[in-house]
Amino acid sequence: MDASVKQMSQSLNALTVRGVSHRFGNLPALDDVSLTVPAGGFTVLLGLNGAGKSTLFALITRLYDNTSGTISILGQDVRRQPSAALQRLGVVFQARTLDADLSLLQNLTYHAALHGLGPGESKLRAIAALELVGLGERANEKVRHLSGGQARRVEIARCMLHRPGLLILDEPTVGLDIGSRESVISIVRELVTTHGIGVLWATHLIDEIEKTDRIVLLHEGKVLYAGTVPGLREHAGADSVSEAFRALTGTTQPELA
Amino acid sequence: MSVDTAAETLKPPNAPGGRAYRPHGVLAYFNCFRGIVWREVLRFLHQRERFLSALVRPLVWLFIFAAGFRQVLGISIIPPYETYVLYETYVTPGLLGMVLLFNAMQSSLSMVYDRETGAMRTLLVSPFPRWFLLSSKLLGGVAVALLQVYTFLFIAYFWEIEPDWPALQIGVGQGEDFFGISIPPPFNGYITVLPAIVMSGLMLGALALFMSSVIRQLENFAGVMNFVIFPMFFASSALYPLWKIRESSPLLYEICWFNPFTHAVELIRFAFYGQLNVTAFLVVLGCLVFFLGAAIFAYNPSKGLIARRGGPRG
Repeated sequence: MDASVKQMSQSLNALTVRGVSHRFGNLPALDDVSLTVPAGGFTVLLGLNGAGKSTLFALITRLYDNTSGTISILGQDVRRQPSAALQRLGVVFQARTLDADLSLLQNLTYHAALHGLGPGESKLRAIAALELVGLGERANEKVRHLSGGQARRVEIARCMLHRPGLLILDEPTVGLDIGSRESVISIVRELVTTHGIGVLWATHLIDEIEKTDRIVLLHEGKVLYAGTVPGLREHAGADSVSEAFRALTGTTQPELA
Repeated sequence: MSVDTAAETLKPPNAPGGRAYRPHGVLAYFNCFRGIVWREVLRFLHQRERFLSALVRPLVWLFIFAAGFRQVLGISIIPPYETYVLYETYVTPGLLGMVLLFNAMQSSLSMVYDRETGAMRTLLVSPFPRWFLLSSKLLGGVAVALLQVYTFLFIAYFWEIEPDWPALQIGVGQGEDFFGISIPPPFNGYITVLPAIVMSGLMLGALALFMSSVIRQLENFAGVMNFVIFPMFFASSALYPLWKIRESSPLLYEICWFNPFTHAVELIRFAFYGQLNVTAFLVVLGCLVFFLGAAIFAYNPSKGLIARRGGPRG
């Protein structure tokens, strides 16, 4: 394979993680983790609390560097070209990260500024992004007045502002009621189709998985399976995803909401 | 550009109609800087209680503590003062320092809090270099401090605490032949104190930023007050001149002299009267470089203390 073809096949993936290990002191958090998120595809990162999902997110967002292996976003290495990689990345953290006292618009224009956009363009993009998540009319309200699900949708709108090719979400539906969960999931799935974004969706809730998704099963820092949903069932010789999860991890199944 | 075309620009390059990514230019850096500073100011203005307490604190010291102390403490003539001054006048630069110190520590606390809630992570996933993001955040804190400082000086003016040195002249010639801008008191002092405030604010902010990366949990503000603010404030020249301290305890004098806050206060005190205290300037500058370097090192993803300790939760 010559270099340009190799480059192309790499750039097809929104995210490529190869051979990444990480430890805190003597505690191993990730052990030789490899996974890919195709552009325009929905990939579920399934794992219990403490499986290493947050550590992986910290490495992808370059909170700290990976010391072994490589992580690249649309072909840009996170360690070697951090600016280019982070420019292509959108993140929704597990914790709420909006300023409650500021308006939706102020929150979004702040984020647009963090990506170098000027005030005029920021405002237009912010309104367009709020319309994407169905909150266009509430642009001038304070975040404090939003419900949990609405705040999540604002966070999704926020990370669309700099038009990332990869969107990663760390348990975005935790603490939401069923209606809000469904609306958050459907908005993100819609973005995959309409905007061609690659999504990595971390969760421990099995009912958030659809048959067409790709699935990465992370357990105690190791990837036990990566592939399609039918492939997972076949791999484990099980009838359902939850049975497959139990069989592969040897633990009780994750929550079935 | 309309909202509709803006919606198109939300599409990544691989989507139909998506534009290619481009590296950031100088203007993008400026936009980022302005965004960070603006957020700090907006947040501060929305926290009315914080503004009020930031203002009341030094005023209580000025009106009550200083008024009571006026009789107890005689201040001899020491530079930059050319006459005997009232204790209120002596203590004002120290109170400006206190405003900066509280503001810096409060922003440090909010950074630890930010780190746990994730707002700090939102900042750190910006594609701009980390030293730039952290420096911008520091300058945002200083912008907030400036609002407090000048509001305080405005109120203090009515208690006749003001710079009273001859007009600041920027131009050529002297006396009748002077040609240029002449800035009369009190505005001359308000202008010359500005760089000293900015530098001291940056230095204390950098110290706080470094603390925010080292201290894993600051349970509440009381801990910071007891272990950082009070020792720094009281063991300094903010409330009493150093020679006075030396008379009672040479050891305390040494401690005060090695306290960077003393030099921040002296830098402000001299600048208020249009003078430069070279020692104070060099010490504040040195501490600024050191603390900022340490903070940037601590937040560096490969070397930093965050990586070593496991970073924030969540």
